[in-house]
Amino acid sequence: MIAEIMLNISMYITTQILRQPKRVLLPDEPLISNGLVDSFNLVDLSLFIEKTFNVYIDNTELNRETFDTLSQLASLVQSRM
Amino acid sequence: MSTLAQKLLQLYERAPQSIAVRLLYNQEPERVITYSRLIDRSADYAAALHNKGIKPGEVVILILQHGEDLLYAFFGAILQGSIPAIMPFLTEKLSPEQYRLSLSALFDISSPAAVVTYPEFLGEVQQAIKPDGSVRVVLVSNQIAPKSEFIASFYETGIKRLPEDIVLIQHSSGTTGLQKGVALSHTAVLNQLESYSRALNLNPSDVIVSWLPLYHDMGLIAGFLLPILFNIPLILLSPFDWVRAPHKLLQAITNYKGTLSWLPNFAYNFCAQKIRSPDLEGVDLSTWRAVSNCSEPMVWKSHQMFLDRFGPYGLRSSAMTTCYAMAENVFAVSQGGINEPVTIDQISQRGLLIDRIATTAKTAEETIKMLSAGHPIDNTHIKILNQHHIEVEDRHLGEIAISSDCMLTGYYRRPDLSSKAFHEGWYLTGDLGYLAKGEVYITGRKKDLIIVGGKNIYPQDLETLATEIKGVHPGRVVAFGVPNEATGTEDVVIIAEVDTDDFENSSDLDRISDEIRMRVTRGSDIALRLVKLVKRGWLIKTSSGKIARNANREQYLTELRAG
Repeated sequence: MIAEIMLNISMYITTQILRQPKRVLLPDEPLISNGLVDSFNLVDLSLFIEKTFNVYIDNTELNRETFDTLSQLASLVQSRM
Repeated sequence: MSTLAQKLLQLYERAPQSIAVRLLYNQEPERVITYSRLIDRSADYAAALHNKGIKPGEVVILILQHGEDLLYAFFGAILQGSIPAIMPFLTEKLSPEQYRLSLSALFDISSPAAVVTYPEFLGEVQQAIKPDGSVRVVLVSNQIAPKSEFIASFYETGIKRLPEDIVLIQHSSGTTGLQKGVALSHTAVLNQLESYSRALNLNPSDVIVSWLPLYHDMGLIAGFLLPILFNIPLILLSPFDWVRAPHKLLQAITNYKGTLSWLPNFAYNFCAQKIRSPDLEGVDLSTWRAVSNCSEPMVWKSHQMFLDRFGPYGLRSSAMTTCYAMAENVFAVSQGGINEPVTIDQISQRGLLIDRIATTAKTAEETIKMLSAGHPIDNTHIKILNQHHIEVEDRHLGEIAISSDCMLTGYYRRPDLSSKAFHEGWYLTGDLGYLAKGEVYITGRKKDLIIVGGKNIYPQDLETLATEIKGVHPGRVVAFGVPNEATGTEDVVIIAEVDTDDFENSSDLDRISDEIRMRVTRGSDIALRLVKLVKRGWLIKTSSGKIARNANREQYLTELRAG
């Protein structure tokens, strides 16, 4: 399950945010602190998650304290499903 | 009233219990700050500066987050007669090393006598201070003791400041931006506020709502000093909160019956696209009488998108207003849309690009809808100059030059830059545009500057960062902005020549582009939208051997169009 969530989010980030579809994101690669995802993308990301997984993540929850990697984000999503 | 300190003390006497600011937070309850509290707490900062031997006219750098301490430290410095300059706070993305470098550079240029910061940030600041440097005092926010009473001697020095003395300094970010501290006098700030409040028809029933940062002119002047010094209620949100929850702005308009706000162009797109419908429940925007688009190129489509999305929530089309502003004129140069709708000038694309004249479009021709930035505010004059600095006719494109009674005193401690900025008493803005029937239209920029989300970015700063990456040919990097209609702002693109010819070996190329992205983001705090790696010889150079930014931008766009 969690692998599927990660794959889904990873595809969204590489195609829609980075526009580098071939780019592989590692589960523990820092996304925010390495500059792959910025604060403007965070809102997009939360809208995508809400639509895809039907879970609500408040915009204010999305910051480096709650998640910085794919695996952290996927666990957060799973905990709300 | 001739100085800011006098004006503040007058408000303190006349309206002590009137609410100066409501600070809104995402996670905490709002803070209500009356003039009495504002001045009392600011006086504590004034006392601390005074007791540490800071003299009037010395620069005090404020490194504080959006919040109460920043407000008090800022006005405290003004009451005491020293000159506050707000430094953007370190964000989670920016690397501490880079921030320290910026701080050291800022200390070298502006020679501050004092720095005000948080206890947890003290180490960071101390590392940036050189032993033989100008900084004598570092004040820590939690050591500013509240006094039981207001002691006049603490602000006596502030009262004695002359109207022509410098009251504050504004910087734009980045290594290049920090070189240019815009020094403003009391007179300049107060003249701007007088003229601008007339242009807005500012009146006691107004309520200003802002989420803009205070280190930027739009936030500091329109979204902070204007309401506070004119006793207009101010609802202040933090930019960090807004970007994560843009609907909070609309809820604040609803809850406090907000009438005036300022937004950079991208925020219209951002709000229209990113706010969930459930977050708009109960939102009523009918009190909003002017939402001024300011600080980056204004796009007609962005206004339309905003109006389409929020019209059903009471937003009036007459509330869509425009403004042309720059820190060098304190803030506003012109304002559009207050007494009549913003003029939309439909011009020929060919005329604009080829003939450099804004002509009315013929039928079946490619057209551009230009949003007017309105008429100049009182006591600010605009003319359009050609490359020989000769004034051109109406509708002819050229560089915008301004003269006013609210110009900067100069770039702080940079007389060389100050004298270069003026021609025969007119400030050369570096912006391109035209005048038509007394209204000004901005079409582009002469200077190489990227504006992302209202923030000025100097491409040379980004190029310097990218060129440090192993595998990038030194000095063969170009950075520029490309307008993005969907986001309403510019996408930052970096093109770098790499030393390898082996474009099949993609793993090394991925590493290089990742490192460029990371280095630029952590070094400049902006998101890099696109990194393109090219073979040696791709980039076009000028005859003097420098990378030609515009030519390379054109080459990139041409390739993109060709697919």
